[in-house]
Amino acid sequence: MIALLRRLPASPIAIIGIAIVAFWVIVALLAPLLAPLAPTRSLQPMALPGDRGPGGIMFWLGTDVLGRDILSRIIFGTRSVLLYAPLATLTAFAAGIAMGLVAGFKGGWLDEALSRFADLILAFPLLILYIVIIAKFGASAVNIVLAVTLGAMPGIMRITRGLVLDQRGRAYVQAAQLRGEPVWYILIVEILPNVRGPLIVDFCLRLGYVIIAIGTLGFLGLGLPPPNPDWGTMINENRNMALVFPHMVVFPCIAVSSLVLGFNLLADGIRELSQTE
Amino acid sequence: MTRVVVRRLGYMLVTMLLASLTLFLLFEIDPETVAANVLGQYSSTEQRRLWLTQNGYDRSLALRYWSWLSRFVTGDLGHSRVFNRPVAEILWVRVGNSAILAAAFFAVMVPMSLTLGVLAGMREGSRLDRLVSTFCIVTTSIPPFASGIFATALFVFGLDWLPGTSSMIDGFSPRELVLPLLVLLVYDFGYVARITRASMADVMATAYVRTAILKGTPRRRVILRHALRNALIAPFTVIMLQVNWLIGGVIVVEFMFAYKGLGSLILEASLAQDIFLIQASTMLTILLAVLTQSIADIGYGFLNPRIRYR
Repeated sequence: MIALLRRLPASPIAIIGIAIVAFWVIVALLAPLLAPLAPTRSLQPMALPGDRGPGGIMFWLGTDVLGRDILSRIIFGTRSVLLYAPLATLTAFAAGIAMGLVAGFKGGWLDEALSRFADLILAFPLLILYIVIIAKFGASAVNIVLAVTLGAMPGIMRITRGLVLDQRGRAYVQAAQLRGEPVWYILIVEILPNVRGPLIVDFCLRLGYVIIAIGTLGFLGLGLPPPNPDWGTMINENRNMALVFPHMVVFPCIAVSSLVLGFNLLADGIRELSQTE
Repeated sequence: MTRVVVRRLGYMLVTMLLASLTLFLLFEIDPETVAANVLGQYSSTEQRRLWLTQNGYDRSLALRYWSWLSRFVTGDLGHSRVFNRPVAEILWVRVGNSAILAAAFFAVMVPMSLTLGVLAGMREGSRLDRLVSTFCIVTTSIPPFASGIFATALFVFGLDWLPGTSSMIDGFSPRELVLPLLVLLVYDFGYVARITRASMADVMATAYVRTAILKGTPRRRVILRHALRNALIAPFTVIMLQVNWLIGGVIVVEFMFAYKGLGSLILEASLAQDIFLIQASTMLTILLAVLTQSIADIGYGFLNPRIRYR
């Protein structure tokens, strides 16, 4: 892991990816300092980018239908996307890796049951799974994280399972078994560190997809309830004005696309580096 | 081969049954909520009880699932509360509209991504290769709702070339199909092109292709006759597996451009909690997803004789 980090400068793609992600992380951390106005304060509806509001306040990116400053909302919206997307991806990885480790190592009926369960979820088109769950149980941060976890889990489980099957017969695993180590120890301390490479790449890629998924839910009106500044929800709220005031929706779209691009470039860079190893 | 197909079909059937059970339980485990949903929240307890008895909801859960399933399989999909019409009547019109969109999409996406992928993979590391790869990373990073917004801002607001909605109110109009298609292309083509590129690059590095080049076969012939055949196996599987992923894009696009297809129907049904409409439309997309997954699996074994199922 550290060796990989040290070699990152060798990949220009990874550097650009890290720079984009770091930019948004800093924006999220310093949001109260960077945002010119409060994200939920209604000032002057439909101001264009560069317009000046009451008292000479500058609306750099204009205001939305309700007169809230778009720049400030994008800045504060960074916090929600960088909180819920990594959280959902992490829970999905925890669950998926646990299932994959057990299924791959134990085999037998347990593997069969877990694999069928994964197949069942994979039979649902992803977005439909999310829509059905969220529409049924309500749009809240917890439900969104749970739905995304459920949807992403089977893919992670399959990857981990395949990697474990490849490691199971190796000498170091047999040695640990002969030493009488418990199963959890062999799985977590012995096998997991040896399969982390592909999982790290997959994490970056999947994080990008999760950001897209959460953004899409917001866009469809199933995202975090207002007035929270959330990029997807911002686009949904101002969707009807897209043909008259495109600035209200274009800027949040640029924000979310750039963040996803950052994670995809990072994933690509890491994969390139691990292949040349 | 027959055994593989039969096994795969049996497997498909089990997945479909499990999915139907999940959907049934999710919406109908508690009869009270079904009655409240169908009759509205202001219906009286008397009315609800009457409706439940009339529709056989006083039976056990297992019996109810069985009758639900047998009606479902024979094409009786129930009644839509929101549209106040039989679900089957609404569903097939919408499916037809989405099929038009999907057919047009595949007709453009498949040749485009395969050509770009093959051209890029033919000479790994060339300028064209890097251009295609970068383009693909950027396009796959743009969520479909964002590319829809960008396309609308450019072609509708900026240039005023295309209509901003695709509701087809005045009959079918190919012009209204352009923006939804464009968004789906941006969303999906990059992935297929990248897989094709990687697959082509792998094949170009194999010994048999090198032998063919070294023995003086014209490059054109090496690529068209020898390399392509093996290079297109992986993209075929991916295009089939992409259907599951594509359905998500279709929902976004149909919602965004008010296109009356299956995707927007599922969204409308879910938002209105129209139980029978959700069940039927969702089951249909699951059938589509499982069917294409099976075709990908069977087709892969068929195209690649090195992989044979036990």
